[in-house]
Amino acid sequence: MDIIALSGINIVYAVASLFLLAAGLSIIFGMMGVINLAHGEFLMLGGFAFVLSVNAGIDFWISMFVVAPLVVMFIGMVMERLIVRHLYGRTVETILATWGVSLFLIGVTSVTLGYQQLGVSAPLGSVEIGDYRVGGYTFFIIGLAVAVLAFLYAILRWSSFGLKARGTMQNASTAATLGVNVGYVYSATFGLGAAISGLAGAAFAPIAGVTPVSGLTYIGKAFITVIAGGPLPLIGTSTASLLLGFINSAVTAISTPVLGEIALLAAAILLLRLLPAGITGRFFRGGL
Amino acid sequence: MKTELTSPAFIAAFVIGGAIVFAAPLFLETYDLFNFTVFAIMAMLAISLNFVWGIGGILSLGQALFFGLGGYAYAITAINLGSGWGILAAIAVPCLFALIVGYVAFYGRISDVYFGVVSLTISLILYNFVNSTSDAFYTIGTARLGGYNGIPSVPPIQAPWAAQPLGFEAMYVLCALTALVFYLGVRLFVSAPFGRVIIAVRENDLRAELLGYDPRYHRLVVFAIGAAMSGLAGAYFAAWGAFIGPDTFSVSFAAQAIIWVLFGGLGTLIGPVVGALSVSWFTTWLGEVRLLDPNIALGLLFIISVLLVPNGMVPALRRLLERLRIVKERADT
Amino acid sequence: MIVETSDLWRTFGGVAAVAGVNFKLEPGELRCLIGSNGAGKSTFFKLLTGQLRPSKGHISILGRQTTTSQPFEISRLGVGIKTQVPNLFEGLSVRENLHLAARRTHAGKATRLAAEAMLEDIELADRAGAPVRELSHGQRQWVELGMVLVSEPKLVLLDEPAAGMTQAEVERTAMLLQRMRKDRAFIIVEHDMHFVRNIAERVTVFHRGRILVEDTMEAVTSNTEVRNAYLGQKFGKSHE
Repeated sequence: MDIIALSGINIVYAVASLFLLAAGLSIIFGMMGVINLAHGEFLMLGGFAFVLSVNAGIDFWISMFVVAPLVVMFIGMVMERLIVRHLYGRTVETILATWGVSLFLIGVTSVTLGYQQLGVSAPLGSVEIGDYRVGGYTFFIIGLAVAVLAFLYAILRWSSFGLKARGTMQNASTAATLGVNVGYVYSATFGLGAAISGLAGAAFAPIAGVTPVSGLTYIGKAFITVIAGGPLPLIGTSTASLLLGFINSAVTAISTPVLGEIALLAAAILLLRLLPAGITGRFFRGGL
Repeated sequence: MKTELTSPAFIAAFVIGGAIVFAAPLFLETYDLFNFTVFAIMAMLAISLNFVWGIGGILSLGQALFFGLGGYAYAITAINLGSGWGILAAIAVPCLFALIVGYVAFYGRISDVYFGVVSLTISLILYNFVNSTSDAFYTIGTARLGGYNGIPSVPPIQAPWAAQPLGFEAMYVLCALTALVFYLGVRLFVSAPFGRVIIAVRENDLRAELLGYDPRYHRLVVFAIGAAMSGLAGAYFAAWGAFIGPDTFSVSFAAQAIIWVLFGGLGTLIGPVVGALSVSWFTTWLGEVRLLDPNIALGLLFIISVLLVPNGMVPALRRLLERLRIVKERADT
Repeated sequence: MIVETSDLWRTFGGVAAVAGVNFKLEPGELRCLIGSNGAGKSTFFKLLTGQLRPSKGHISILGRQTTTSQPFEISRLGVGIKTQVPNLFEGLSVRENLHLAARRTHAGKATRLAAEAMLEDIELADRAGAPVRELSHGQRQWVELGMVLVSEPKLVLLDEPAAGMTQAEVERTAMLLQRMRKDRAFIIVEHDMHFVRNIAERVTVFHRGRILVEDTMEAVTSNTEVRNAYLGQKFGKSHE
């Protein structure tokens, strides 16, 4: 019985992690059609901002919920302003340029911060389930994923920014003729995606530590989740996280994490064979 | 195209270029020759990526993974069965893998961008997988995969009729010659009827399809050939350094291949070779002088290539020369 | 029957763009499909060419079931297809475009001869070496018509071949089609009434995803039901 509860928690945790890792990427992809190859570095920078800020004596939660998102949001908006903005509508060039940014950020952090791993220990103790112990932080990650989903939904659904962003997503030129400042919307969307990535990076730092190449361990999963999810950022990423997180944790449980990752990739590729535009390319049209 | 191939100027340039390449062992130090060999191998990878991406229009961001697969296939097979079989495996394994991935992707009509990201993700996950194989459990025949330590003591290439494996000079000539064959092969391919259809599919796949060409099939063929080419380059690389490691699956290596092609000129024939040589030389030099972290340099080069020289250096230089010629002509008259 | 559809449906998220169309085309017939915007002509066209899959119903073309065929398979039956937007190999020359089209059905030297003959037919021999992206809109449309016809198709499907053309170009296109008519069957989706009157024998009027009327051009123009369907869209007056 306990083992079943434990497995259940592991699966939910895997789903929540996937969603958190992919959410920032999916906002940028879903709203702007831009695949940000520097997404992994956004996560990494979020992790560093968080760890350095905690080490500097700033409160754990403030570091996570304020410092990390703001730092990465700023970096994201600078990047949008300097590079991505000049490439709108040219998807392939955008991918390539953001890849350049990714390498650049890895280089800069390894020069300034070195290659050694930085970390902060996870708070919140642990919970006993029968003979097993589960870290309280596991539940925090699950809760955080739910909160991020709710927050993004609320912003996109009810805020005036959300309305403008959705309009721009549907048809940028029509939105522009209606007086929406499309450049501002893109910049803000990029900033929002980057902030969420920064938060996610911070949230995983106590578990996995941070190095300049930390991003690389996350992006494979993030890309696959977003692409399998398709164009709608929230429904797409959450349904894909559900499906792939389940497969990933089930295979990991009976073999190794690497095989779990391979299974996740294989499942996603098979999914794309059936639904070339991802889950929301076929279903849930017109949602978020 | 056909007339260009038989034009005297082209043949002359080719003969002179070839002569310089093959005379190199006569006046180069062993160390330089060693470096030139790896440049030739990188040129092979660049040509194969350009073949898939520039000619075939397939956004194969993770193309370098076939290089890694070829290297590993060579290493494992050569350790067990000898280098001849190793070369065959290095061509066959990546080709087969590309056929499977390509079949799923192209016949499923996955979009270009999705394909690019998926191919990169495959590379990432192979990287993680190979890194996790340090356990002795991952042994094929007598070859241990070795995880992040890679496979050491990869046997050199030896012709079945020869008593000795290839030495430094012979290895250099083999690599340079193969690069030359790749270059010529792609050049011939582009002007051949099948190559024209490939370009038609790249230019407008719906139109090609409405004319009765199956774009899925054509893409698959190009992708598989390109993978085999990259695989062979990977085999040479493993034989050259007597080593193959998981870094061949790393994102930064995949990025390097992309930069070579992009910087030199995507879709041009000589551009990717120029890009591979100049950028490899540049990063080697950076490594020696320790001026700048190579990732920073590559990242900046990447961004600059996309933003400022979107068609690559070779076309940009060509335009510059053309402009200078016009200016000069005007000045003359 | 050259083309036959039975109870053909295509829905997009609950909206039926094509709603139970039964369509027949006899050998050698030239049929124009007309109807207001959103009447379902273009969706019907895409179903015939394999660019879309029907939600329900069957299609047979030249005696084969093509309901689930890919576009290239339909093309290989001997069907020439021109889509609505000019769809060309922009970077290749006029000659290369025609050559690629001819190569599927001609062998060796015949390919070149067919392409050269078509260059004359579409009166673009003097621009043969130019990349098609440098041509005018009308010329590009003719290149595409040439690509469709050079493969000697048994059935020709054209989606708005006269779209965006000047009056003179429209007339020239109509003449070109008459000349290339031979004994082929044609289905032409067209907005330009001037063009339709120039060329059509029978027309099929689409309305709300269904076939409203199928008759001669004269009969259709005087049909009040058709006039109502167009809701005063100057039907029968100009080429609007």
